[in-house]
Amino acid sequence: MDARVNFDVEFQEQPAVAAAPKIVARDVNVYYGDKHALKGVNVDIPERSVTAFIGPSGCGKSTFLRCINRMNDTIPICRVTGKITIAGEDIYDRSLDVVQLRARVGMVFQKPNPFPKSIFENIAYGPRIHGLARNNAELEEIVVSSLQRAGLFEEVKDRLNDSGTGLSGGQQQRLCIARAIAVAPEIILMDEPCSALDPIATARVEDLIDELRGDYTIVIVTHNMQQAARVSQRTAFFHLGELVEEGVTEAIFSTPSDRRTQDYITGRFG
Amino acid sequence: MPQHTVASFDADLKVLDSMIGDMGDGAGRALSGATKALIGRDVALAQHVIGADRAIDTLQHEIEERAVQTIARRQPMAVDLREIVAAMRVANDLERVGDLAKNVAKRVVAIGEQRSPVALAAGLESLGLRVGEQLGAVLKAYRNRDAAGAMAVWEADGAIDALFTSLFRELLTYMMEDPRSIGFCTHLLFCAKNLERVGDHATNIAETAHFVITGKIIATERPKADESIAIDAAMHAPRTS
Repeated sequence: MDARVNFDVEFQEQPAVAAAPKIVARDVNVYYGDKHALKGVNVDIPERSVTAFIGPSGCGKSTFLRCINRMNDTIPICRVTGKITIAGEDIYDRSLDVVQLRARVGMVFQKPNPFPKSIFENIAYGPRIHGLARNNAELEEIVVSSLQRAGLFEEVKDRLNDSGTGLSGGQQQRLCIARAIAVAPEIILMDEPCSALDPIATARVEDLIDELRGDYTIVIVTHNMQQAARVSQRTAFFHLGELVEEGVTEAIFSTPSDRRTQDYITGRFG
Repeated sequence: MPQHTVASFDADLKVLDSMIGDMGDGAGRALSGATKALIGRDVALAQHVIGADRAIDTLQHEIEERAVQTIARRQPMAVDLREIVAAMRVANDLERVGDLAKNVAKRVVAIGEQRSPVALAAGLESLGLRVGEQLGAVLKAYRNRDAAGAMAVWEADGAIDALFTSLFRELLTYMMEDPRSIGFCTHLLFCAKNLERVGDHATNIAETAHFVITGKIIATERPKADESIAIDAAMHAPRTS
């Protein structure tokens, strides 16, 4: 008889690492004028999970993030080559409506940027212009549920008509996340969403990210490596415009395969 | 490996390494002192080994404290985190080595000046020497981050087990031949077992070194040659007519 006892421990379920790729990038290059800012990036980003982009300033991680909702289109000298698909659809196709794309791919920025309007209007604006609500009751429902999903509703329910800019930094950032959610996106891009927040507000946003990954594909750029290790399931390391290494977060932060990744995450960069 | 951008982080890691070095020296001295005292029945030397153990324990606490502080202050990742966790583990093993050496020394004091049979002394001596070599080699491999050196120590532990097994048989035989030697031989048996355990701690340190360097845990099972558990005492029992 086998006398060995099974001591297997149930670990926290590792979410959908093997899930179908939501975003697929093939040989993506970005040029700002003569500057070759992003060099031949190939990556598959799985759906309903958090993928973190890390790397030193100027490494191309934000540039790549901004390719995913074509934010780079707004920069006149910027040129993007290669192919990016979302759920199989080429987002650089001429026939694609960029406004629709940005409804599918929401974005949260480093500094919270609520509109100088009421909390209610901040959330209601997107659904209204995208025609997501047929009447005021539906609109109100979207506002409330978005605030709830962003974990902000309890804190603001008595002052929905107050200005969004009057909230604390952490609350403003969660308001921006609620605003992004309100238009029912498939993907949420976050460009250093916590770098302007204090540790408690950061923890709240991280908690929220963890919760949202059940429904959305989240891509987050962060300078905080511990944050990347905490919130993401996959991590991609960028350096000098190259995607150096991409893989399961646990492996990237414990046994990275590329020397440059190891030097960066252990704080040994030149 | 390139330096950290924060130079004081390198300094922290270096201090941890040198503390492990000091602790390894202390544990090595305790082991060789205890072996020497056992072979030569040197009670004074044994007393000295017993007294010196406190310094090893103190170092372990200091290493642990420093490691925890470094983790809190630097939030180390990857190889740095492994280095710090490894320092704690190695300190733990070395503290045990110190205790085992101290226990051998205490038994030397307990059995006093009684002489043991020559063959037995030779067996204990070669076991002690062999274990000392293993400990020295593994600490060197750890210091130099030498994965191959660590693996060599890991693979050689079987020889120590084999030495212990043969001592076990011998002691069993002596005890059966002359029941008056049972007290004395039991002390020697514990001494032999303690030395063999030091070999296991050297193997632990080899595994830790391998983990630091490669980031991987040794996948295969340890080589085991301690067959003393399979020896049936009844087989050795004198026949009753």
